[in-house]
Amino acid sequence: MAMHSAVKGKLLAVIGDEDTCVGFLLGGVGEINKHRHSNFMVVDKNTAIIDIEECFKGFVKRDDIDIILINQNVAEMIRHVIEGHTQPIPAVLEIPSKDHPYDASKDSILRRAKGMFNPEDV
Amino acid sequence: MSGKDKLPIFPSRGAQTMMKGRLMGAQKGHSLLKKKADALQMRFRLILGKIIQTKTLMGEVMKEAAFSLAEAKFTTGDFNQVVLQNVTKAQIKIRTKKDNVAGVTLPVFESYQDGTDTYELAGLARGGQQLAKLKKNYQTAIKLLVELASLQTSFVTLDDVIKITNRRVNAIEHVIIPRIEKTLAYIISELDELEREEFYRLKKIQDKKKISNKKKEQLKKDMKEANAKYGNMLDEGDEDLLF
Repeated sequence: MAMHSAVKGKLLAVIGDEDTCVGFLLGGVGEINKHRHSNFMVVDKNTAIIDIEECFKGFVKRDDIDIILINQNVAEMIRHVIEGHTQPIPAVLEIPSKDHPYDASKDSILRRAKGMFNPEDV
Repeated sequence: MSGKDKLPIFPSRGAQTMMKGRLMGAQKGHSLLKKKADALQMRFRLILGKIIQTKTLMGEVMKEAAFSLAEAKFTTGDFNQVVLQNVTKAQIKIRTKKDNVAGVTLPVFESYQDGTDTYELAGLARGGQQLAKLKKNYQTAIKLLVELASLQTSFVTLDDVIKITNRRVNAIEHVIIPRIEKTLAYIISELDELEREEFYRLKKIQDKKKISNKKKEQLKKDMKEANAKYGNMLDEGDEDLLF
C-alpha cells in the first residue's frame, strides 16, 4: 500500500440540480483546478442534454476523478451515455434528488444485477 | 468425428504420452478455474447483497440531507450562489486501495479529509447550527456514497471477471477436454491397428519360413535318397592310383 499513498487523492464529481450540488459542495467535495475546470455541474431545466452529455464525458475522461455522482433524473436524460460507460473507474453513482425519490428499477447497475438477484428479497 | 474434432497429430506412443499429459493438465486447469469461479461468485453475491442494502440506506440518508438543506435555507436565506461561486479546493478526497479476490484486483475507495473547510465562515451571521448539521449530513452521505461506489466498482469488475472465467470453464469442459479425449481415442485405435498389422506380419513370416524350411528339408532328403540310389557320380569305385 505504500505505493498508493504517494498517489494524490482523487476527486468526486457531481452532476445534479442546484440543491444537490450545493449540498455536496458544503460537504466539501468541490474543487476548481488551475484550468478553472470545476468538478461539478449544475443542471436546471434550461440545460441542454448535449451539454450534460459533454460534461459527463469530460468527467469520465479526467483522470483525477474516481467517482461521479449524478442525480437520477439527470441520469435518465443521458441514459445511453451512462449505459455506454462500462469501465469500473470512474464509478458512476445515481443518487436521488430532492424532488425525485430514488427508483431502484431505473438504476443501470441494479438493472444489470436483476435476473441474478431480486432486490426485494434482501 | 473428423479432423475438426481432434488435434492434427501423428499417432505414435510419444504423441499418446503427450496427449495424456495435456488431458491431465486440462482437467487440473478446469478444476482450478471452477474453484476460482466459485470464489468469485461467492464474493459477488456478498457484494450484491451489500449494494442493495446500501442503496436503500442511501435513499434515506439523502432524504435527510436534502431536508437539512431546506432547513438551513429557511434560517439562513438563499446561499446557493455564494456556495457555488466560492469553490476552491476539495476537502474530501478519495484514496484507492486494492483488494485481491482469487487473483482479481478490486479497487476500494476510501474518503479522507484533506485541507480545511472552505465554508468555515458560512452561516456566521445566522443559522450556523443548521449549516453545521447540513455539512455533517452531507459528509455522512458522501462517506456512504464512496462506500457504495467501491462496492459498485467491485460489482462491475467481478461481473466481467466471472463472465470470462465461466466462459473459460465451459470452453475447457465442452471443447478442449472432449477434443483431447477424441485425439487420445484416435491414437489408441491407430496404435492397435498397427499392432495387429505387426502381429499379422510376424505370423506371415513365420509361415513362410516354415514352408521354406520344409522345402529345404525335402530337397536334402531327395538328395540323400538319390545318393543312395545312384551313388556318387564322381566315385566310380576305381582304386586309387598312387605314383
